[in-house]
Amino acid sequence: MGVVSLNYIWGAMMLISIVCAVMTGRVDETVNAVFDGAKGAADTVLALAGGMCFWTGLMKIAERSGISAFIARAISPLLRRLFPHSGEAAREHIAMNLTANLLGMGNAATPAGMLAAEALDRENPAPEKPSINICMLIVLNTTAFQLVPTTLIALRSAAGAADAASVILPIWFASAVSVTAGVISVKIMGRLIKCDT
Amino acid sequence: MRYITPAIIAAIVALALIRKKAVYGDFTDGARGGLGLLADIFPPLVAILTAVSMLRASGAMDILLDLISPATDMLGIPSGALPLILIRPFSGSGSIGVLTDILSRYGADSFTGRLASVISGSTETTFYCLAVYLSKTRVKDIRRAIPCAVIGDLAGIAASLIALRYLGL
Repeated sequence: MGVVSLNYIWGAMMLISIVCAVMTGRVDETVNAVFDGAKGAADTVLALAGGMCFWTGLMKIAERSGISAFIARAISPLLRRLFPHSGEAAREHIAMNLTANLLGMGNAATPAGMLAAEALDRENPAPEKPSINICMLIVLNTTAFQLVPTTLIALRSAAGAADAASVILPIWFASAVSVTAGVISVKIMGRLIKCDT
Repeated sequence: MRYITPAIIAAIVALALIRKKAVYGDFTDGARGGLGLLADIFPPLVAILTAVSMLRASGAMDILLDLISPATDMLGIPSGALPLILIRPFSGSGSIGVLTDILSRYGADSFTGRLASVISGSTETTFYCLAVYLSKTRVKDIRRAIPCAVIGDLAGIAASLIALRYLGL
């Protein structure tokens, strides 16, 4: 779905620009913009490279020194409350998924989350609709809490920020609010559905 | 605030050293992984930055922002941050591209640049997540999952604005 909708979004962006350029008589500017944009992408990736590789290096140290395993153990009592009646296997995948999210290891978070979804699906008595636990997994991922938003900090340094990491505190605040709002709305929905049946 | 980054670096390195880990080798392994991420980011970045810069040059972006800005002005959201809010739920690489454009246009330390940073740091590619995770289940009817995820997103955007505008974080 992500890829499909981007087909339309990107396609529309290109076509709308060109139609608009013809109508406003800004064809030359728009053609130049194609190459400015492409050059901007190359500049950004070069500027990003150092900071990005630094952070992925640091996060690898965190992963191999057992910090991620420690966090997974620390959150397991919480998971029992967030995912009532879930099996051990499902909770293990969920712990990995959330920890990887927390540490910003996106490429580890997604496979763990997919395994968690599969495990929760097996426990879903009415598999046509997502169970409350599946909704909880999705909401915890769509409001993902990341301790150190590494790509973002690298992007900000690349753009010449005076203090690239100065956005961490507001991000923690906003993430805490969005996770809380998401969890509460899943819990409320759980109550409403029980009233239905 | 300026102690957060050094504290995180010091804590991770010190803890790994105490546990007698090969910090240097682990670091370089991880940094090599970063190159892979850069390679993943580059092609979509070309696509999105080109499209956004065409939208701006052709005047289409101004028309779009003029249409939406009365509503966002009322909420106190700078119109420059709007393109990010629009693309964020759909595409991670797309929103990196749009954020890059915003940071270079308005400056990383401007209000618009900071708000865009906080929004992209505290929200996720909601519809992409929904599609990926539900693809591993037998779920056919996804309506139940959408409102909760969207409520989380809206709360995150509102909280980003509150954190910067009223709490002075």
